[in-house]
Amino acid sequence: MTLLKVKDFSLSINDEIILHNINMEIKAGKVLAIVGESGSGKSMMSSAIINLLPQGAKLKGKILLNNDNLLDKSEREMCLHRMNDLGMIFQEPMTALNPLETIGTQIMEAIKLTNPKIRYKDLLKKAELILERVEMDKNRFPLNTYPHKLSGGQRQRVVIAIALSQNPKLLIADEPTTALDVTTQAKIMKLLMKLVKDYGIGIILVSHDLAVVADLADHIVIMRKGKVVEQGDTKTFFKSMKHSYSKQLFDAAKHKLYEKNITVGSEVLLEVLNLTKEYNLANKKPLKAVNNVSFTLNRGENLGLVGESGCGKSTLARCILGLEKFSKGKIHIAGRPFYGQKELRRCINVVFQDPFGSFNPRHTVERLVAEPFYVLKKPLTTFEKRVKVLRMLKLVGLGDGDLKKYPHEFSGGQRQRIAIARALITEPDIILLDESTSALDVIIRTQILDLLRDLTKKLGISYLFISHDLTTVKNITNRVLVMKDGVIVEEGLTAEIYKNPKHHYTKSLIEASPDITRAIKSKEENNNENTL
Amino acid sequence: MKHFSISFIVGGGLSVLFLMGALLSFFWTPYDVELLNIKGKFASPGLEHLMGTDHFGRDILSMVMVGTRNAIAVSLIAVGIGATIGVPLGLWAAATCMNGSRLIDELLMRGNDLIFAFPSLLLAILITAVFGPSIINAIIAIGIFNIPVFARISRGAALSIWPKEYISAARVAGKGVSRISYEHILPNILNLLIVQATIQFSIAIIAEASLSYVGLGSQPPNPSLGRMLNEAQTMIFFAPWLAYFPGGVIVALVLGFNLMGDGIRDLLDPKLRQKSITGKVSNDAS
Repeated sequence: MTLLKVKDFSLSINDEIILHNINMEIKAGKVLAIVGESGSGKSMMSSAIINLLPQGAKLKGKILLNNDNLLDKSEREMCLHRMNDLGMIFQEPMTALNPLETIGTQIMEAIKLTNPKIRYKDLLKKAELILERVEMDKNRFPLNTYPHKLSGGQRQRVVIAIALSQNPKLLIADEPTTALDVTTQAKIMKLLMKLVKDYGIGIILVSHDLAVVADLADHIVIMRKGKVVEQGDTKTFFKSMKHSYSKQLFDAAKHKLYEKNITVGSEVLLEVLNLTKEYNLANKKPLKAVNNVSFTLNRGENLGLVGESGCGKSTLARCILGLEKFSKGKIHIAGRPFYGQKELRRCINVVFQDPFGSFNPRHTVERLVAEPFYVLKKPLTTFEKRVKVLRMLKLVGLGDGDLKKYPHEFSGGQRQRIAIARALITEPDIILLDESTSALDVIIRTQILDLLRDLTKKLGISYLFISHDLTTVKNITNRVLVMKDGVIVEEGLTAEIYKNPKHHYTKSLIEASPDITRAIKSKEENNNENTL
Repeated sequence: MKHFSISFIVGGGLSVLFLMGALLSFFWTPYDVELLNIKGKFASPGLEHLMGTDHFGRDILSMVMVGTRNAIAVSLIAVGIGATIGVPLGLWAAATCMNGSRLIDELLMRGNDLIFAFPSLLLAILITAVFGPSIINAIIAIGIFNIPVFARISRGAALSIWPKEYISAARVAGKGVSRISYEHILPNILNLLIVQATIQFSIAIIAEASLSYVGLGSQPPNPSLGRMLNEAQTMIFFAPWLAYFPGGVIVALVLGFNLMGDGIRDLLDPKLRQKSITGKVSNDAS
């Protein structure tokens, strides 16, 4: 039975066309995935269904929910639909809950809306039942828990619980797991699938990563620049896809293993010895964010460091960069002890995660990229600086015209290119890449990864790539460290670890990371079973 | 194309008007402000004297023009003193707070609190009473109670900039605390400081008027708005224009600068700027 049908739908906001002629259809108990890069209009599409659009929006076409056009509804009628039929899960679980109210209050508030005369005792019971449905143990997480006590994944479960409390027919999940770790992502996705199976809810899953949804979706819609590029049944989609953009997305999602024929020198560039970083907490014993970590990085080597958020990998990076004082241990750069002194700063640089926060918004690209020159003993003239900056910009794929621009004039991917240019401008021996590609779209991500790999090879730079995502690391490193709770639990060549993980944590990481080839295979197997 | 708010247009218009009048008084006033004309005393506002004359027959319009000039000069220099001392103190406090040693931060900010604890006007009266009433001492007094305001606001704003990644990047490049404060922090908190400066400016105008009202500001025969009000007090029932004009000018001057400050804040604050189509707030602040 068709649950929701979008027919010839167009949307323009302040006369700018956002969505153009969209057609799609979702059946009850099925999963529809909308995939596209940022700016493709996929989030606008999901907001349009629930009619939460910014001012100045003009809509054309039809959105039919059970053959009832939602676009004809008044705001009052729409409220009833949002209450009874539609549920929404947002991307950022950290801000989707009110921090001043307990999770119980927030769930009960939602139940009360649909059922205003419910008795308090029943209300409590129902709230507990719903929390159970999202697999939150009521002994560990009683109704009077406040959101700040929950992790991102647990909060997302509460958000799902709130959406479920009104028995929606259709659940819209806008990048529900993008802000979460891979292992948590896998669990949340599993939960969503269970809901589809058990309660026959239809789900619209919006994502930028084909690999995340390939496993779950029954129907895939690829969007780009406000248009549907291609759509089809998942079972056959990957074989029959024709559009070059779909193929591009597919290739980006399919991570290749890093080429093995690189030469690792014997010279040790970075040596970390028994590094420990403790934070003093009030009334508690000190927290060891980094606990007795030792490793080396040789010339020409590409080392990966993988772990979930909160495992201490960023603290370790900040210690190595001399931004944070560490409690115990030693860091040697090029054989000399490093504690933030200027002479050794030249040897190491960094590319951060956030392409928006890592530039002073008031400086031009020229000034931004030239900043590390400050570390040189002999200051360069303005002309020398400009020549070098221009050469570096060319290397990262930007033009001469970009010299005088400001950071806000660039897209996320371009900004990350500028960040790379800034990191490489003094020709350091080591660069640290702290989640440098996590904030980017998949296609842009592969482009940046390729750029990094080629450039570091060309310039003979070693890097330490820090990420929460094992598949990204697999693509770009030859050796990898796996970190959990401040300790390195496994270390070895990337290919070997990937084939034959020893520590159970590494295993769970590998299993949880979305893999499109694996997903397609399992889909096909399911298909065969069904037909048999 | 930016849209100017009404408050910016009205406030800016008023401020420019008074600035022009004050500048004009350097070269030309209708009459000499020190010229006494006992025969023509208490003339009502009319064609000859637009704002009338006082008990010595001095032209009120000329006195108001020069008085406004004095008020603006005193406030400008006083706010300048407050900002040039307060902002570096605030930046220093923020930098030490973010980099381990909190002792200097604590000392600076508690010292700030000490100055804050005095009612600002009382402090100004204290200073002028100790060092003698003069226009210079009034400037110093008003300047001193501006310091903690600027120190506190720049410390708070700087603390929100310090954790940003571009600061980390600058530190990785080997830049020291003072250079980072000057190159990265200051330009990014400047709009906040400009807005605060306009507000402090209007407060300083009132402070200057109050000081000269009690006789601790500029000394006669140099005209001042506050003292004109004081002198008008005894004659307010038969020559009300003596109070109307200087009082009105103070109100309009303060109102103008306050409105302009609000307008500038709206212009510079990226959060209040027109939202982009996605509903997200544009995050640049250029």
